[in-house]
Amino acid sequence: MAIATATKTASEDKELLISGSEAVAESLTLADIDVVTAYPIRPYDTVMQAIAKKIANGQLVAEYIVAEGEHSQFEIVKHASTVGARVFCGSSGVGWMYAMECLVVTPPLRVPMVCLVGNRALDDPGAFGVEHNDALVVRDLGWLLCWIDTSQEALDTTLIAYRVAEDRRVFLPLAISADGAFLTHSQAITMVPPKEKVDRFLPRYDRGDLLLHPDNPITVAPQANEDWVIEIRRQNDEAMKRAVGVIEEAYADFRRVFGRGPENPWFEEYMADDAEIILVGMGTISLPIKVAIREMRAKGRKVGLVRLRWFRPFPFERLVKALSGAKAIGVIDRDYSFGSPFHSGVVANEIRASLYNADKRPPLLSFICGLGGREVTLEDVNKAVDMCEAAAKSGKADAKTHWLGVRE
Amino acid sequence: MAETTFGNATQVLEPFRGIKKVTLEEYFTSGHRTCQGCESALVMKLMVKAAGPRTIVLGSTGCMYVANTTYYTTPWVVPWMHTQLGSSGSAALGTAAGLKSLMRKGKMKAEPINVIAFCGDGGGADMGLGAISATLTHKEYNSLILLYDNESYANTDIQLSGLTPYGAHTTFSPPGKVHRLIHKRWKKNVAGLMAAGHPECRYVATVCASYAVEMMNKVRRALTIGGPTFIHSLDPCPKGWDYDPMLSHELGELAIETGIFPLYEVEDGVVKYYGKTKAIVDGRPRKPVREYLLKQGRFAHFTEEDLGYFQGKVDEQWEKWEIPGVVPFRKLDAAQAALNVK
Repeated sequence: MAIATATKTASEDKELLISGSEAVAESLTLADIDVVTAYPIRPYDTVMQAIAKKIANGQLVAEYIVAEGEHSQFEIVKHASTVGARVFCGSSGVGWMYAMECLVVTPPLRVPMVCLVGNRALDDPGAFGVEHNDALVVRDLGWLLCWIDTSQEALDTTLIAYRVAEDRRVFLPLAISADGAFLTHSQAITMVPPKEKVDRFLPRYDRGDLLLHPDNPITVAPQANEDWVIEIRRQNDEAMKRAVGVIEEAYADFRRVFGRGPENPWFEEYMADDAEIILVGMGTISLPIKVAIREMRAKGRKVGLVRLRWFRPFPFERLVKALSGAKAIGVIDRDYSFGSPFHSGVVANEIRASLYNADKRPPLLSFICGLGGREVTLEDVNKAVDMCEAAAKSGKADAKTHWLGVRE
Repeated sequence: MAETTFGNATQVLEPFRGIKKVTLEEYFTSGHRTCQGCESALVMKLMVKAAGPRTIVLGSTGCMYVANTTYYTTPWVVPWMHTQLGSSGSAALGTAAGLKSLMRKGKMKAEPINVIAFCGDGGGADMGLGAISATLTHKEYNSLILLYDNESYANTDIQLSGLTPYGAHTTFSPPGKVHRLIHKRWKKNVAGLMAAGHPECRYVATVCASYAVEMMNKVRRALTIGGPTFIHSLDPCPKGWDYDPMLSHELGELAIETGIFPLYEVEDGVVKYYGKTKAIVDGRPRKPVREYLLKQGRFAHFTEEDLGYFQGKVDEQWEKWEIPGVVPFRKLDAAQAALNVK
């Protein structure tokens, strides 16, 4: 029965050879966004080029504004959202940083903007390649934050993003992170669903009693000071907690309507069930890791991958279940967190913290790899797994972080 | 998603013909906690009174946010929202774009709604200049940006901004034993800059709340004419300028009568002076700047030399500017003489 439904579903979809950025633009058209703001920076800007074409060709009717900088870019959509418009925005690297003030204010304003962050190394020195530090700067601020891996996931996640962010129980901004070049610019066959199906999944954005309109004369974000700020922070915290259930609901509904999508929204498990060594990473790093795992499996080495999709909210309980049975864990960060515990990347320390109260804590090794868009090679992955196997044998991890593929 | 016929309609707000014709309704009422004699609070009240109830106001950070809009005691009767210090331009643009999009796609009842974003001199002429400039080029979105200029960052303890007058004592420019004047920059010509730099912005005006009816009528004109528009209001500030709060109104008048702050509007590229400024252009003598400056503690350290310099700069803007008080390019004959053109 399920198979029959899936086949029927697939036949209604269009097959397109498109990049991750173009896939996001397909979803934005299907979601009938109202206001979009652009400002050029590589590599995220490919999504704006795709939207501009759709608007020029009449496939999408929306206010399309080229801003004079990222600060304005994000402020414009923030305000458009408060009068009830469905909005889209995005940036990369230092562009995202230039908008930082605006990124800070959107969660407490409960503005459900959806953004694409085409992950890019921060200046200086100049580099177009991927690093996750740009998107990660909002990790403590109330942004929902996820990483995608394929064009199909880009398309599907964008629809899910609006559904989650605009849910009244959540009303938080959401950033979809896509590895610069590896995903933003790489094409793959992608199934594009028809609008009717999207309409069944994604309701209209309803700002409700928070709508800024003469018929609803409210004052938004007055000066609150110590009288109220801590309560407002707590409301944000509750919204983030509620997002957990809303995300699970959205994925379940997505599978029901579209006949595809993961059962576990939070992370992809690749040959992880019986794995003794589990590697953890985010984004397109999954490709070299999966290839390496297949080779290792052929040689009888029990290695698996957990690819994190959602970073905020962080699925710590489910991760503990997925990871604590392994003999060793290797976290490969495509980011850095200078001076942090163990001088690790961000993901490694989040997972360490998640495991702290677990009954079983396998040794955890942290790796940093692929910064600035450097290719993650099979050799890098093999090296990481060798070290993990040694730790599995000794039952102990060394208290340092290993940089892979660095000229030293 | 059929497009409706919604275009760029604005509310038609006829000018108030005299003080007795002004509407009684207030949309900025009690609840704020601005200083005694605060002219900027008066500007807020007049601005939104002129605009009427079908208006959304966006306020960027500054004293008209911090002192004006406290949680649970908001003075705003119309919908109001905070925006970041440098974001008045973006707030106006985003709000207008959101409304327009929803109306033309039939997702919201189509009606002209006024969008006004205000900013202080710091938020407008310093940090937010770029965003305002961008907004003034988006002619398809109706909004008014009103810059209330009390000539300092008045909320954060009176620090100098790009619109603080030459030589003024602020907490960032205190007169000292070695340097009498720390702040030696001449005030930016903001309204002239906006008018000259944005050929498709149809309306730019300067106002002063000492002339309340005219001030309100400029707001009504700006909202009626549509597209992005800009108004620069000079607001005496008892705290920042250091004078008795009862003098606010009089200082506003003196700023005009001395020719320091000209009152004019630029509609579709045509400059029109009004009020006492028009009399100055028509030949009435300007009052000496010392009558204005010496009433304020922020100029108490001025020497005769400083007063003379200030007077000279003001004289220059009336005698040498191509369009007096508006455009600082030198008059053509003077420019030709300088180049020895025969």
